[in-house]
Amino acid sequence: MGRIEIDETRCKGCGLCTTACHLKLISLSKELNVLGFTPAVTTNREKCTGCALCAELCPDVAISVFKDK
Amino acid sequence: MQQVFKRPVSLKDVQTHFCPGCNHGTIHRLVAEAMDEFGVRERTIGVASVGCSVFLYGYFDVDVVEAPHGRAAAVATGVKRARPDSFVFTYQGDGDLAAIGTAEIIHAANRGEDITVIFVNNTTYGMTGGQMAPTTLVGQKTSTSPYGREHAKDGSPIRMAELLAQLGGVAFSARVAVNTSRNLMDAKKQIKKAFRYQVEGKGFSFIEALSTCPTAWGVTPIQANERVGRELIEYFPLGIFKDTADWNPQSSPTAPVEQPGALPFPEFMHEI
Repeated sequence: MGRIEIDETRCKGCGLCTTACHLKLISLSKELNVLGFTPAVTTNREKCTGCALCAELCPDVAISVFKDK
Repeated sequence: MQQVFKRPVSLKDVQTHFCPGCNHGTIHRLVAEAMDEFGVRERTIGVASVGCSVFLYGYFDVDVVEAPHGRAAAVATGVKRARPDSFVFTYQGDGDLAAIGTAEIIHAANRGEDITVIFVNNTTYGMTGGQMAPTTLVGQKTSTSPYGREHAKDGSPIRMAELLAQLGGVAFSARVAVNTSRNLMDAKKQIKKAFRYQVEGKGFSFIEALSTCPTAWGVTPIQANERVGRELIEYFPLGIFKDTADWNPQSSPTAPVEQPGALPFPEFMHEI
């Protein structure tokens, strides 16, 4: 089991994390954030494995990853 | 739950000025992670170049010297010789290192200065509006080559990692990319290796990181990453071009020179 936290105030909505997630759990929001971008949001959170590939590809280091040991 | 991914300590917790999807942010993070791993943050002096990497001092939690355009390798030489105990790296783009700074990088590499150079190649001048760079691919449209770069008029893109690998002072030269998860993991390993060579005093280490410029290329960040895999890696192959792991600087003063693999002649050579 894993969990990610996306810092919406840092996200620039580039969408690279959406391509990194093999389970397609990340999509771009339709709402704008404070920067005027559409930030990434997670869906079906319970399926996240905590592989951290989305965080690795994020150019703005906006994703933190937590995992059960 | 335990946190398995977080921001490296060497990378300041600030918003960057980079455009959405720019690979600079990813490469910054990999460099910061390598600094954290070797515990050299307190004695690191970075040398920033001119281009989008100019705000290095605002993003890395280390001391940074700002070099004149192209002269980062020369400034790093002075820093390292004045402070031999410090860990010195330069972070330069292709308009800086491969164009105006060609003389400085070649001679710093040939002298075998004990520094690490991170060369970010996105095949264009990103900050000034997407002009043609020495690394621009043949046929690529830029604001100064609106019909595409022509080999007959503009020459062919320079492969810096291969070029520097021929020089005796170079201990390590590799080309990496961060467009996919797999390439990014390889990039992380090679950047750490380049840092280790300086920590061990083995000489000049060089990393060429293929990057994107979604704004100047006029594509989305996802399309830009796909272009790296489709077009850039074809001309700029990924891999290690020189690795002197067994070389002992005390026993022989210059690193062994490797003969580069035979590259195919360009098409025009067959017509002569």
